[in-house]
Amino acid sequence: MVEPVSPLGAAWKPGSYANAAGVTGVALSETRPGSIVQAAAWRGEEKALIAAIGKVSGLALADGAGAGVFKDNKAAFGFAPGRFLVVDQKEGLGDTLAAAVKAETGTVTDLSHGRTAIRIAGARAEWVLAKFFAIDFSLTAFPVGAGRSTAHHDIFALIQRTGPEQFDLYVFRSFARAFWSALCHASEEVGYEIS
Amino acid sequence: MQITCPYCGPRDLAEFAYQGDANRTRPDPASTDQQVWNAYVYDRTNPAGEHREYWQHAGGCRSHLLVVRSTLTHEITSVGFVHDKTPSPARSRRRGSSKGAGA
Ligand SMILES: [Zn+2]
Repeated sequence: MVEPVSPLGAAWKPGSYANAAGVTGVALSETRPGSIVQAAAWRGEEKALIAAIGKVSGLALADGAGAGVFKDNKAAFGFAPGRFLVVDQKEGLGDTLAAAVKAETGTVTDLSHGRTAIRIAGARAEWVLAKFFAIDFSLTAFPVGAGRSTAHHDIFALIQRTGPEQFDLYVFRSFARAFWSALCHASEEVGYEIS
Repeated sequence: MQITCPYCGPRDLAEFAYQGDANRTRPDPASTDQQVWNAYVYDRTNPAGEHREYWQHAGGCRSHLLVVRSTLTHEITSVGFVHDKTPSPARSRRRGSSKGAGA
């Protein structure tokens, strides 16, 4: 299999960058999933699509705005009415999901090479993300597993909370390096490490 | 100003794109009545108060929304999906063109 090249390029500088107080409040990483797939249901077919996603990925999605799950290196969440992002660290999910979703149910689009997945984790993750996005990142308003679609200066981003102090962000590959650089700058205040 | 998207919840105005007056009804595409088309394209009610308008949550779930907003106070009294409130424009367009094809 061809080794995928990260779009972060020279902006990827692993290491520890503590703030003036010697603290690293967040950890930044690129999770590099093998499969990032968008599934969209025709109106009225949402439940059938959720069932197909469950059958293929083993992820039981709840039916509701932004609902999602994250487990065993797989993730799925709703980001718009009838539309879901399904992610697997392994390659090939686009093909297996496309085979499981009937034409009458909806569409499956493989975005694996079109999106870059960036993880921010740590006690100050909410604080750093709140600098970028005008949404409520508190655990009660944005529970673990849930997804949100929003934008940072017109750069569209999908965000899933994958832990009490952890978020996975999906941005367009062509914007990934700029977004990553901005995220590093925004993290300087609280200190960060890249691994 | 914030708009409460029925899918995403309250979001900043910057995430939305205005898509115009929602009080208009598109004439039959087969119609050649110039006055009717002129009214559709150019006439606006410009009320001082409640106004029905289309917005798209372009920086979010991308849904098309029907918003009722006061032009005096910016108070928003109702937000819903366009497809819940009006017949699908795509369908009426298809009906119109099939009529044209059959003629
Ligand atoms: Zn929305």
